[in-house]
Amino acid sequence: MSQYTRKDSYAGEAKSSRGTLILLRVLVYVCLAILTFLCLFFFYLMLVNASRSNNELMGGFSPWFSTHFFDNLKNAWTSTDMVNIKVGMLNSLFIATLSSILTTYFSALTAYGIHAYDFKGKKAAFTFIMAVMMIPPQVSAVGFIQLCYKFDLVGSYLPLIVPSVAAPIVFFYMKQYMDSVLPLEIVEAARVDGSNEFRTFNTIVLPIMKPAIAVQMIFSFVGSWNNYFTPALLLGSEKSKHTVPIMIATLRSYDWAKRDMGAVYMFMVLAILPVIIIYLFLSKFIIKNVTAGAVKG
Amino acid sequence: MSNLQQDTLRKKRRKSLSYAKWGYIFILPFFVIYIVCSLIPQFITVYNSFFENYLKGGLNQVGPNFVGFDNYKELLTPGRTGEIMVLKYMGNTMLMWIMGAIPQIVIALVLAVWFTSYRLKIKGQGFFKTVIYMPNLIMASAFSMLFVTLFSDGGPINQMLQNAGILDEPFKFFDVIISIRSLIALMNFLMWFGNTTILLMAGIMGIDQSIFEAATIDGAKSTQVFFKVTLPLLMPIVVYTVITAMIGGIQMYDVPQIITNGRGTPMNSTMTMVMQLNKYISNNKNYGMGGALSVIIFIFTAILSIFVFKSMAAQYSTNAQPQKNYKKKGAKKA
Repeated sequence: MSQYTRKDSYAGEAKSSRGTLILLRVLVYVCLAILTFLCLFFFYLMLVNASRSNNELMGGFSPWFSTHFFDNLKNAWTSTDMVNIKVGMLNSLFIATLSSILTTYFSALTAYGIHAYDFKGKKAAFTFIMAVMMIPPQVSAVGFIQLCYKFDLVGSYLPLIVPSVAAPIVFFYMKQYMDSVLPLEIVEAARVDGSNEFRTFNTIVLPIMKPAIAVQMIFSFVGSWNNYFTPALLLGSEKSKHTVPIMIATLRSYDWAKRDMGAVYMFMVLAILPVIIIYLFLSKFIIKNVTAGAVKG
Repeated sequence: MSNLQQDTLRKKRRKSLSYAKWGYIFILPFFVIYIVCSLIPQFITVYNSFFENYLKGGLNQVGPNFVGFDNYKELLTPGRTGEIMVLKYMGNTMLMWIMGAIPQIVIALVLAVWFTSYRLKIKGQGFFKTVIYMPNLIMASAFSMLFVTLFSDGGPINQMLQNAGILDEPFKFFDVIISIRSLIALMNFLMWFGNTTILLMAGIMGIDQSIFEAATIDGAKSTQVFFKVTLPLLMPIVVYTVITAMIGGIQMYDVPQIITNGRGTPMNSTMTMVMQLNKYISNNKNYGMGGALSVIIFIFTAILSIFVFKSMAAQYSTNAQPQKNYKKKGAKKA
């Protein structure tokens, strides 16, 4: 790198650094290519192996697709001896759908309660939610599990769905969104028109919040779909109620020498498929809003 | 002032009074559920940590007997191997987190600067961002299971290395402390560096662009701009990112749990705090020890959370307006 004095000026620097700029660009693209490779390589291998038969998999490594993708898909989909993936996917779908709806609706409702009304303790309520935002659910798991045993809720989906009503991070996002898009004049206008408060929220506020709701629905659906810790503790003993992550975890303890490895790879493909489909269609929208879910860590 | 005006004013006041009740109604479900599902369990957890309460051999219920701080003492005294277990698990967790987090932050910072550079004008940003963010959404347990199969003794990676003549016999990735910890760190890195990149990009785009222009016109080289201008201005966001990542790191569970099948092998070198918590709860319902460990994890998270809380409160009190502009800018670039 050559040294420049102030006299050489900005223009001089720009001209003579064209060579270094090209060099730098090459470096940047090489690095990006390496990282892209790292991100995709393992998933590529997963897809390739999901297309190979058990014999081919035992026979040795191949980086190319084989012809048994749909055989494996059929075997995995109808399998009952390893895990019953279609039941698992249905269970997960049920839990994830309900909890994402509850999370977004009640977070928006709570945010609206604090955004639109003046009441005693409003500030305290807001501060409380902010304060508990980062506390992970694991640290109250002992008490939560005990409560579930006490009220005979082990093996039920209720303890996996109902807690999503109280999601501080989603609340915070909704609140911020309301601050930027929801002027209280609209609410006042609705009042003048004689709309009751609950109806105002459902018919006027919620439609305005649509983009925010969509973002948080996606993130909470994915979060719930991928959740492993609490479901494993609560559903562990009832196989027919297992969610996908629990099933994937049970695969871990099998002796693979005796199993159809093609199907095992296919299970993993199926486990991440719904999220990948969502992502393929909405990646731009999701990435644009990642900063919104920043506090997720 | 006409009578009419006063009348409406009075009506308004009366109405705004009655509206307050709706505020309470709307926030009620959140608080009821939070108290029932998080706050009360939290208190029960703390309460449990002072009791001896477990299933002996999975059959005979022992306790609950009040034992004071004995559970904490047991966690904090050296065990059979002469190690203090809770420190060991904490050390494992932090070590594996750091191994992934350092490259995560550094690479994310570099990428964020590259992506936002007007001089470089990187093409295909949408594609790269889509790819590097993807692992963040993948089910951690499936991703871990994938690593287990790919890096197993007869798995594709070993087959590949043998075909290439690099190895004579399969390398047991999961039996060597450094390699299994590295794999876990690699997975954490892959899952989070894209996310961090996007956060830091938003941070850089939130900085007033004229500052960069001024620095360049004054003759600062790009490395100088980075270390003297970008980094100091970005520091609050970097620190915030590191702290939230650390809070996530303390909770590390899915990846090592599945990779080692819950055993933390070899020699407890990959046992994290939450894995041990899971073991206490699921193996013999040891709510006493589990409670004590939860409290320790809670204290760690709480200390770090205070920082996050403060920075968010500060950001929030400066009004939502700047936040809105900053988002718009981000949207345009993305």
